[in-house]
Amino acid sequence: MSFASETAKALNAGDAQGAPKAASAKVAARGVNVHYGEKHALKDVFVDIPEKAVTAFIGPSGCGKSTFLRCINRMNDTISTCRVTGEITIDGKDIYDRMLDPVLLRARVGMVFQKPNPFPKSIYENVAYGPRLHGLARSKAELDEIVVRSLRRASLFEEVKDRLDDPGTGLSGGQQQRLCIARAIAVSPEVILMDEPCSALDPIATAKIEELIDELRENFTIVIVTHSMQQAARVSQRTAFFHLGSLVEEGATDQIFTNPKDRRTQDYITGRFG
Amino acid sequence: MTQHIVRAYDEELSALSAKINQMGGLAETMLVDAVDALVRHDIAKAKSVVERDVQLDTIQHEIEELAVLIIARRQPMANDLRHIMGTIRIASDIERIGDLVKNIAKRVGVMEDRFLGARSLAGIQHMAHLVLGQIKTVLDSFSQNNPALARHVWLHDGEVDTLNNALFRELLTYMMEDPRSITFSTHLLFIAKNIERAGDHATNIAETVHFIETGQQLSGPRPKGGSSVFALTPSDE
Repeated sequence: MSFASETAKALNAGDAQGAPKAASAKVAARGVNVHYGEKHALKDVFVDIPEKAVTAFIGPSGCGKSTFLRCINRMNDTISTCRVTGEITIDGKDIYDRMLDPVLLRARVGMVFQKPNPFPKSIYENVAYGPRLHGLARSKAELDEIVVRSLRRASLFEEVKDRLDDPGTGLSGGQQQRLCIARAIAVSPEVILMDEPCSALDPIATAKIEELIDELRENFTIVIVTHSMQQAARVSQRTAFFHLGSLVEEGATDQIFTNPKDRRTQDYITGRFG
Repeated sequence: MTQHIVRAYDEELSALSAKINQMGGLAETMLVDAVDALVRHDIAKAKSVVERDVQLDTIQHEIEELAVLIIARRQPMANDLRHIMGTIRIASDIERIGDLVKNIAKRVGVMEDRFLGARSLAGIQHMAHLVLGQIKTVLDSFSQNNPALARHVWLHDGEVDTLNNALFRELLTYMMEDPRSITFSTHLLFIAKNIERAGDHATNIAETVHFIETGQQLSGPRPKGGSSVFALTPSDE
């Protein structure tokens, strides 16, 4: 078989298996616009984010990818000059519905940030905080179980099981980031947003987080913003490329990185942007 | 093509393409000289063709090493990735063409008797001319980033097959007429087959160039010269 046909086959297979289509969309955006005061930061974004898969947002700095990510859990509400229009739904329900409590929304849509930001509390308390706040545990035993399960799912438990009362800030950067992921998943969210979760980590810690992301997608819908094209290619099933506030191209990750349709996408991922 | 932000990356990719052009040029002149040596029975020229094959091997190795280095250094994506992978493949196709041509030249050295008139040699020359045209055109399609030209090469492989089959029948007739010509004719048969296979490598390269440029595989019906009921050599596909 020729090189070309093998690659084409791999591409087709990737499209068929790894990348769910709009039918199983967990999050859907319809004509989303964001203004920061006068600045039009996000322009008319339409996109479907499939359930139980990893979707990567890529694009140069200031392209709107983080802005859009922050719309999904209404983090932009906290910025007074920020105005969001259009519709974003999770499971078909409008998340900008005025009756909806953003605090409850954020329990369903967790977030992990660029710099690990554990609370200045013990490892245990970092994870227990959310479940306690939302009343997810009826007893200390139940809370213990949630903490242990979350730390296990974040592949951190084995490393910290003997020092759960030590401060979370005493862990290494990579461990802190996994602690933040454990904290995010402790409240059993449906969607996890990650804003450059590995940019402050070394390659080993990065590999551990990537392995974790791959495991988490069995149970969660994950959206990740990353500046590393290789990371997007490795961890995601679908990739969306943003440029100058617009969603330029969205598709199966394998296709985006081997044969993008749009010239701007190709120029960006191959390092040709002027 | 717009340039990379990192200029050294562009330079590395150009170096890769330049090496392909260098290999292609070498293979072309080797084929011309091998057929010329056959027609003129020029043993010295045939020998020089055999000696030049090692240069192709050397450049092929350089291409592989450079390609691996670029992949490690730049983590190429999209068309760059296809270009680098395609270059490795094209280099190996040209290297195979070199082997086939070397084999032709080696045969010239052992073909002492010259039973045949100009006719079957003319057939060989004609085939070689067509294949040379294919190789030239496909290498142009590579250096010009022209998938349409690559497709043209891919579509015109059938003529060579047709000629090869005609030559096969002709040489069989000679062999039946005069058994003393069997050794010589058999060498010519192998030479014709080698030229035909060199043409197949040109179409492989055409497929690769098309994939590099479009990300799509060449597909659709293709005229095959060997599909006639009179064809005596079985089609490879």
